[in-house]
Amino acid sequence: MIAQIAFVLLLATASFFIFKRFQFVKRNILLGRDVQLAGEPSQRWSTMIRVALGQGKMFTRPFAAVMHLILYAGFIIINIEVLEILIDGLFGTHRVFAGIGGLYTFLIATFEVLALLVLVACVVFLVRRNAGSIKRFTMPELKGWPQNDANLILITEILLMTAFLTMNACDYQLNQIIIKDASHTYVSDAAFPISSIWSGVLEGSSQNALHLIERFCWWFHIIGILAFIVYLSYSKHLHIILAFPNTYYSKLQAPGTLNNLQSVTNEVKLMLDPSAQVPPPPDGPQRFGAKDVNDLSWVNLMNAYSCTECGRCTSECPANQTGKLLSPRKIMMDTRDRLEEVGRSMDASGGEWKEDGKSLLRDYITEEELWACTSCNACTEACPININPLDIIIDLRRYLIMEESKSPESITVMFNNIENNGAPWAMSAMDRDQWRNN
Amino acid sequence: MSTELKVKTMAECVAAGEVPEVLFWVGCAGSFDDRAKKITKAIARILQHCNVSFAILGQEETCTGDPAKRAGNEFLFQMMAMQNIQILQGYEVKKIVTGCPHCFNTIKNEYPGLGGQFEVLHHTQLINQLMSEGKITIEGGAFKGKKITFHDPCYLGRANGEYEAPRELIRKLDAELVEMKRSKANGLCCGAGGAQMFKEAEQGLKEINVERTEDALATGSEVVAAGCPFCNTMMTDGVKHFEKEQSVQVKDIAELIAEAADL
Repeated sequence: MIAQIAFVLLLATASFFIFKRFQFVKRNILLGRDVQLAGEPSQRWSTMIRVALGQGKMFTRPFAAVMHLILYAGFIIINIEVLEILIDGLFGTHRVFAGIGGLYTFLIATFEVLALLVLVACVVFLVRRNAGSIKRFTMPELKGWPQNDANLILITEILLMTAFLTMNACDYQLNQIIIKDASHTYVSDAAFPISSIWSGVLEGSSQNALHLIERFCWWFHIIGILAFIVYLSYSKHLHIILAFPNTYYSKLQAPGTLNNLQSVTNEVKLMLDPSAQVPPPPDGPQRFGAKDVNDLSWVNLMNAYSCTECGRCTSECPANQTGKLLSPRKIMMDTRDRLEEVGRSMDASGGEWKEDGKSLLRDYITEEELWACTSCNACTEACPININPLDIIIDLRRYLIMEESKSPESITVMFNNIENNGAPWAMSAMDRDQWRNN
Repeated sequence: MSTELKVKTMAECVAAGEVPEVLFWVGCAGSFDDRAKKITKAIARILQHCNVSFAILGQEETCTGDPAKRAGNEFLFQMMAMQNIQILQGYEVKKIVTGCPHCFNTIKNEYPGLGGQFEVLHHTQLINQLMSEGKITIEGGAFKGKKITFHDPCYLGRANGEYEAPRELIRKLDAELVEMKRSKANGLCCGAGGAQMFKEAEQGLKEINVERTEDALATGSEVVAAGCPFCNTMMTDGVKHFEKEQSVQVKDIAELIAEAADL
């Protein structure tokens, strides 16, 4: 009974923290501007199914893709067991579904095989990430917390799987003792293809000791899972949830398309024809482009929370490959860090947004980074969950140009040429068709 | 190079009571850059040879606004776009072929939102159609058996998903198409996009066009084929950087076709 009360309290505490944290993240994302999304829901669903559910974009790098697929499948399938754990915890039962017989044996056996695969994949990822041989894992933006975050996730998963297999190993050993005692087994030995192999280390333990270890692992496993859900909302690991809405809301137009700013369209229409009828801006005058996170769209902000910092974008970026400061991954990490900072300061001042003298532009992302981008879309193509760093780069450039008139000198010259000559070079419009004559 | 070019402007066509089917959007590089003008002429020769009824805007054409937009000047972009749309609609243009993937992308994807709906083709797409229809044929052309590699322009490839039209054309030259280690969706930018063409590169360890030219030279090709005047400049500079201009040529696909068909 005490165990059941403890379990309910544990569940309630975890749910409270998870709920609070998700509210925080949701509120932060919705600080972004509203956007008009083109395309049909059916297209959006099929993108989500192909890219997020089907992991369609992972397979350009087959090794990582297979390892990731194991973690992904393992995560989803093994968590079916959580349902049983929840019922057992609430009602004080033990392996409540064991009664269904053969299917249960099959399921547990499957979970065991997957658990082993997950364990191996996590160890491989841990070694691979820390060996220093893959450039995208050793870049400056990963120093400190991001690197620790990644390792912590992998180590937690290794511990969770170990607990799961140890718990089963205890049940297997208990089977052996009980068989000798009363020729009775409540879960078939066949359910433990993996844990039975190494359960030998527990051989000779008393029934009490086995019970104790089994209980310890059971509690460790469920506390671990609950703590992990709370933790992932603070971590880059949030992608396991946000990858789905993120792909659903991703851009459906040709990747080369940049949005046309409606606020600018209205002004330009008035400039070309002062008598033109234009609708007033829906939420008052807005900044042109983005200086801070709340100038970006909510999709950009969801992108930032969805990024798992894998670095495929950066490793494909031509600017980064040739030693420039720009890293598309850092653009996303900066956006998220700034958004978290804004969110925390809002919470501290009763939900009100107070100017803190800082902004995404310059305090996080420098002009040098922005001007290194060739808008080639290698980053958006590389992202396994359709995150778009280019949108953010362009919106920050827009702010620099349209609000601050700040650009490299040669870019200003290019603008002037287009304005005066209709071409980016200082060439006379009269000469435009001269190629016909010589 | 025997055929004489007879290219009319839309204004000249209107004066003569003609209604051209296709507008050839030349682009700024194709109009003013000496190297790119040769590509423009090659495209015009092919269109003329295939009896495509086409015209240019001539002095009425201006920048699409692409470099302004990508550098963050949305005002300037939309001013250019709206003026261009007005002119195009004034001539009741339905179909446009561009000599540059940047113009192609902008008119195709960004003009519709500002009221300009046109059917837009990149020149490699139109030429590929014309060849498939048998309007232009190549027999034992100048590039038969030669190794040619194709550099995907970002704004044709990744940005608009067109990887095949230029490659089909190279195959039709009876040439050996050799892919670079990074190609199609995985292709590396030449370094000119996003308004980089008009500024110095930011501080780094290497120029992007040099990195890309390494890919191209590693294929051992005699010709680096391009489909964009800016890529053409960047790759030509890259080949010069490695002092390979004697053995490796950088040419637009339109030039290859025009040369092979002896136009």
